[in-house]
Amino acid sequence: MDTTAALVLFAAITTYAIFGGADFGAGFWDLVAGGTKRGGRARNVIDHAIAPVWEANHVWLIFVWVLLWTCFPEAYASITLTLFVPLTLAALGIVLRGASFAFRKAVFRTRDRRNFGAAFAISSVLVPYCFGAVIGAIASGRVPAGGKAGAPWGSWVNPTSVLGGVLAVCVAAYLAAFFLVSDARRLSDETMVAYFRRRAIGAAAAAGLVALVGIFVLANDAKYLFDGLTSRALPLVILSAVCGLAALGLLTRRTRHGARLAAVGAVASLVAAWGVAQWDYLLPESLTVSAAAAPTGTMTAVLVATGLAAVLIVPAFVLLYVLDQKTLLPEESMPEPAHSPLEQVSHVTDEPAG
Amino acid sequence: MAIDVLANVVTGVALSVDPVPWARSQMAFTLAFHIILVPLGVSWSVMTLIANYRGIKHQDADAMLLAQRWSKYMAVTFAVGAVTGTVLSFEFGLLWPKFMGQWGAAFGVPFAFEGIFFFTEAVFISIYIFGWRRLKPWAHFWTGVPIAVAGIFGSISVVAANAWMNSPQGVTLDKSGKVIDVDPMGVIFNDAMPLMAAHMVVAAYLVGGFMVASVYAVGMLKGRTDHYHRMGFIIAFTVAAIATPVQMAVGDTLARWVYDNQPTKFAAIEMVPKTSDDVPEVLLGHLNSEGEVTGGIPIPGLASILSDPSDGTSTVVQGLDETPAADRPTNHEVNVTHLAWDVMVGVGTLLFLLTLWWWAAWIFRRSMPGSKWFLRAAAASGVLGVVAMEAGWTVSEVGRQPWIVYEKMKVEDAATANTGIWITFIGVVILYLGLGVTTILVMRQMSRRFRGGQSGEVDVPYGPSEPIEAGDEKVPL
Repeated sequence: MDTTAALVLFAAITTYAIFGGADFGAGFWDLVAGGTKRGGRARNVIDHAIAPVWEANHVWLIFVWVLLWTCFPEAYASITLTLFVPLTLAALGIVLRGASFAFRKAVFRTRDRRNFGAAFAISSVLVPYCFGAVIGAIASGRVPAGGKAGAPWGSWVNPTSVLGGVLAVCVAAYLAAFFLVSDARRLSDETMVAYFRRRAIGAAAAAGLVALVGIFVLANDAKYLFDGLTSRALPLVILSAVCGLAALGLLTRRTRHGARLAAVGAVASLVAAWGVAQWDYLLPESLTVSAAAAPTGTMTAVLVATGLAAVLIVPAFVLLYVLDQKTLLPEESMPEPAHSPLEQVSHVTDEPAG
Repeated sequence: MAIDVLANVVTGVALSVDPVPWARSQMAFTLAFHIILVPLGVSWSVMTLIANYRGIKHQDADAMLLAQRWSKYMAVTFAVGAVTGTVLSFEFGLLWPKFMGQWGAAFGVPFAFEGIFFFTEAVFISIYIFGWRRLKPWAHFWTGVPIAVAGIFGSISVVAANAWMNSPQGVTLDKSGKVIDVDPMGVIFNDAMPLMAAHMVVAAYLVGGFMVASVYAVGMLKGRTDHYHRMGFIIAFTVAAIATPVQMAVGDTLARWVYDNQPTKFAAIEMVPKTSDDVPEVLLGHLNSEGEVTGGIPIPGLASILSDPSDGTSTVVQGLDETPAADRPTNHEVNVTHLAWDVMVGVGTLLFLLTLWWWAAWIFRRSMPGSKWFLRAAAASGVLGVVAMEAGWTVSEVGRQPWIVYEKMKVEDAATANTGIWITFIGVVILYLGLGVTTILVMRQMSRRFRGGQSGEVDVPYGPSEPIEAGDEKVPL
């Protein structure tokens, strides 16, 4: 049962890394899209892509926390005790990102939009960096168990954490670019399809490069993780690389869905590789899954809740994504064709611009 | 609380050692902020659905427009609520690692179920907000219903966790105090849960109703008395006017539950230093350093009568002195609890009288009260509702002190050892104040845009906006 709970936890982390990651990555592309005029078109696609889904995707993070503190309370307590600084930064970044994104959609003056947009975009880079650094700290064994705090700064300012942070930003940008290619295609914006395709290739190269450098970093700085990655998790590492290459190949061959799926596969197997490499430690070399596990009653309740969630939530998510992908959830503030103001009064359901 | 916070800032900057008061201040501040968004998340969706239903059923274009605009505002408040709620999930560990390490296995159980409801809420709120144009009207209406249901059950789940802190059942401990077995049903359905959850859910409808109604009351006072604004007011105020009398009954029952189960908290609420019968109800007043009640307006015997009406003035109320000083709220905390209690009951009673006015007008005149004074009172009701809710929550939390888990763990033993909390506290306050002000400004801007019919501007998302000719679009005011 402890193992099942840990698998659910890692599945939730992976889901958040993919969907939440893609939303953060979209913020990265928003940040580097350029000035108001030049970046307008790209930001259009980004808005369109994440507005209907980001809040639902964000809930995965809360679910991860809940699973962690309920099923493995000591791990949660140890992580939050040692990694106080990056987690506080991440929490504040999340507030800034979510609120600014919602505000940007609600205001209409260019100046306001630009300010909120900047806050949204900068925090979209800060948050994945912090999470990556946190994972780096955990994976390199810098978070001790047993109520002792690790180094308040050194735990997350170190080679593995920097690697984790940079890799998280790259992976988020990489995923987002693949998703945005599809979104631009749905909007029939061929210029933007090409625009994000170029960026997807660039991000893939960057992520690949960081991962390569990472091998040397981990070999020196995170021995336990490195040994795991090069032994029992090696198939997953290879799978991740293969998926990454396949994604690039499919992207240049302009298939419809294949590239996006392969990119998701690359990220999912990367997260899984991390999990397998440090198994069965939650906090490498100080706290195992079974040592941190909550009593059976708790585990049963959580697994029941997870089962219920699978029955209730998965169809709801499918509905959301299908409606979104079929463009049945149009961005209300986007220019929609054939809309005269008079029509808006007679057909109230057509009122634009919330 | 404000004085507490100020005192903490001054002493903390000077010493920056003891993290406990800072952790408490930060938790209190972030929760106090988040709890304002809760009623909107829970009850505004219902008000929107009422307008939406009317819009479709009676072909009422104004009602439809109202529902659409409310859903747009909700998109903003829900986003702010979601991110401030997320902060709390970080803070449980960042501020209270020892509490979570020891009790997470029990405290977390209700949250596992809350996760389901939060997912439901987030998914369907997106579909509802973005689905206005393409989904068929009734299909679209039904995508809003899960939001309302999830709002109720989500808040019940969260309150169940908080109730467990008051009534920590369903756990088996070994000799060292470690949790070795958890009965999930016992945790979720702890004795304090049903009444506390009911009190919070009804509060969400009460406060949310008054908050929304107060905005329209201001509009009507400014002369916007058309069908659209009246409907906005009537829907919201009716929700509040149904919730308020219910809340009086629920709150009264909950107070008696506290009398029976948490006598120390009850003694703090009623400010009773020594056990006795014929206890007076002291309005306001103060517990001095000697532990004596000074000032205030005592109403003879009333506290005893209210505690158990069947025994009247002979009802014995347990005093603070029955509990060792280390295990009960300090005199200062007693004063805070008692004052918060008076504020909650006092403001709640005023709001109850306001709803009586409303119902009387409907019963005798078949229309809403016409008096300007009614609208003025209604305009204040939103803020008053929030004040009552914050006060009620203060009673629950401060009255439980010094315990974080009642009679099992003290707050000071739960906090982080991190001495830098005073820095994050200041950062959080600045960020949240900015967030609060911005939220209000953004919503005002949306409202002005709706009224001015400048919606066309938004069609140019990031480029310089085109000037819009006046009268280009006629929106019902």
